[in-house]
Amino acid sequence: MADAMLKIDSLIKRFGGLVATDSLSLEVEPGEVHALIGPNGAGKTTLIAQLSGFLRPDAGRIEFAGQDITDLPAAARVRLGLARSFQITSVLRDFTALDNVALAEQARQGHSFRFWRPARADPSLREPARAALREVGLADRADVVAALLSHGEQRQLEVAMALASDPRMLLLDEPMAGMGPEESARMVELLRGLRGRRTMLLVEHDMDAVFALADRITVLVYGRALATGTPAEIRANREVRVAYLGEGDG
Amino acid sequence: MTGMTAPLRTWRGRVAVGLLVMLALLPWYSPWLDAAGIISQRFALTVMTRVVILAIAASSLNLILGYGGMVSFGHAVYIGIGGYTVGILTYHGIGSGFVQFPLAILLSALLALAIGALSLRTRGVYFIMITLAFAQLLYYVAVGLEAYGADDGLTIGRRSDFAGLIPIRGPNKFVAFYLLSFVVLLLVLGLVHRLVNSRFGMALRGTKSNDARMQALGFPTFRYRIVAFAIAGALCGLAGALLANHTEFISPAMMHWTRSGDLIVMVVLGGMGSLLGPVYGAVAFLLLEEFLPAALAMVLTWLHAGLTAVLGAAAAGDLDAWLKMAEYWQIALGTILILVVLYARGGIDGLFGRSRHG
Repeated sequence: MADAMLKIDSLIKRFGGLVATDSLSLEVEPGEVHALIGPNGAGKTTLIAQLSGFLRPDAGRIEFAGQDITDLPAAARVRLGLARSFQITSVLRDFTALDNVALAEQARQGHSFRFWRPARADPSLREPARAALREVGLADRADVVAALLSHGEQRQLEVAMALASDPRMLLLDEPMAGMGPEESARMVELLRGLRGRRTMLLVEHDMDAVFALADRITVLVYGRALATGTPAEIRANREVRVAYLGEGDG
Repeated sequence: MTGMTAPLRTWRGRVAVGLLVMLALLPWYSPWLDAAGIISQRFALTVMTRVVILAIAASSLNLILGYGGMVSFGHAVYIGIGGYTVGILTYHGIGSGFVQFPLAILLSALLALAIGALSLRTRGVYFIMITLAFAQLLYYVAVGLEAYGADDGLTIGRRSDFAGLIPIRGPNKFVAFYLLSFVVLLLVLGLVHRLVNSRFGMALRGTKSNDARMQALGFPTFRYRIVAFAIAGALCGLAGALLANHTEFISPAMMHWTRSGDLIVMVVLGGMGSLLGPVYGAVAFLLLEEFLPAALAMVLTWLHAGLTAVLGAAAAGDLDAWLKMAEYWQIALGTILILVVLYARGGIDGLFGRSRHG
């Protein structure tokens, strides 16, 4: 078996008395779509925050592509190829859709200590940005200010920005959050199109989407991994059914 | 030539070009104003030189406040550093502008780097307070400089010497110094324009819009913010060096916190994050400060005359009592500022039409 793309080893994060991540170990294989499910408060977003460098774990180790990234700042992780999207839509609201993606491309190209040439006239930024917008179906909305895009479109833009950094792995924090059924379906199609080309860790509440997309699923309860397995195994797991699937929208 | 005429296609552009042309031509039409008895040429040039220099300082603040979202409440400290560099060097007999100005810029940049390194790790009110604290610290350092006049300041005997290339000490010194300041303003505006539209500028504006998102995109945002902070400090130090030459005097008051507040008011009044905003702000704020008392007195005199004509002298009362009210002109200034901030989003620049980009 190939080395894991992402390896989480005995990760612990406490907030006061609350243990949000409780000795969690998890491996994501290259190319797989790994879904993370669990009830509210299971520590999913906390985990994403630690993986992307926005929270420092109290103990444990995170390895990405064979490199220890536990203490790396967020921006450095992105440059290694670990990109995230946000649960709460987090585009640059004052910028156009195209500017948003162009900034992601700008970050990918290295440092931005270039002070003179106008960035908006630079085809090496604009062309890849347009391509990423096409990939998520936002080509005709390129010049709209992000704040004026619909919620679903902003979520698509999030994915386009994550894609523009050409990451080896995507951390997707509830990409379908707050979407209507039609928008959700479009997002599932979009992510399905990326499957196999990008490794993904997907946090999602929409069970239909999870079971449609994931190669493997980890169930998180109270900061611990209750079970990891294929969708079929997870569906059949008694413990999981009791703890999670049974009580809700299974 | 479409590039040259592009700004003239919108009202916003026409007003901007109009203002810059008015400023550029001041030395040529101010003699007419003088002859017409409106304002003496020397006074007009003196006032407008100050406006232009503070427009440079406000433009430097606009770079970090308007484009970078950093509310520095200690920006006047760099005016002080620039001014004291010129003053102290002159005091010790080093009068060359080719030494004074680069050193003023360099020292201001270094100070900004140091202040930025400590303050940019904080946000919001904490950032405002820390920048204010550093500025106050340096203010009191200047107050303690007994050798250079302490609280009373230091009179500068001679203006910077540019090897005779820039005649700011000769018989035409008012015109020459005004034009020098105006050219520096144009250069600073040109520089800010290039900066904010470059990759660096896009990164900086991104951190204003959403810093966490920028980090998630892979931007080490602190580095871009601190470099912008240092550039802003350097440009403001340049304004300080000019100001010391203009007044031929330095004192701690140059970097008093109220001066920092004035700079913020100029930027907000003129329009944050618009290139010409700080220029509008400096013109409007300083001219109101200069002429509002006289204008109020004039209006009050008219009102008094009208009331006397309609109701008689007894009802109108004593004119002096009326004119006393003009002493409270700052209330009128404050009211105008509040109205602009509340009702003119985007400041004065916003009144002339919306900008295309945020």
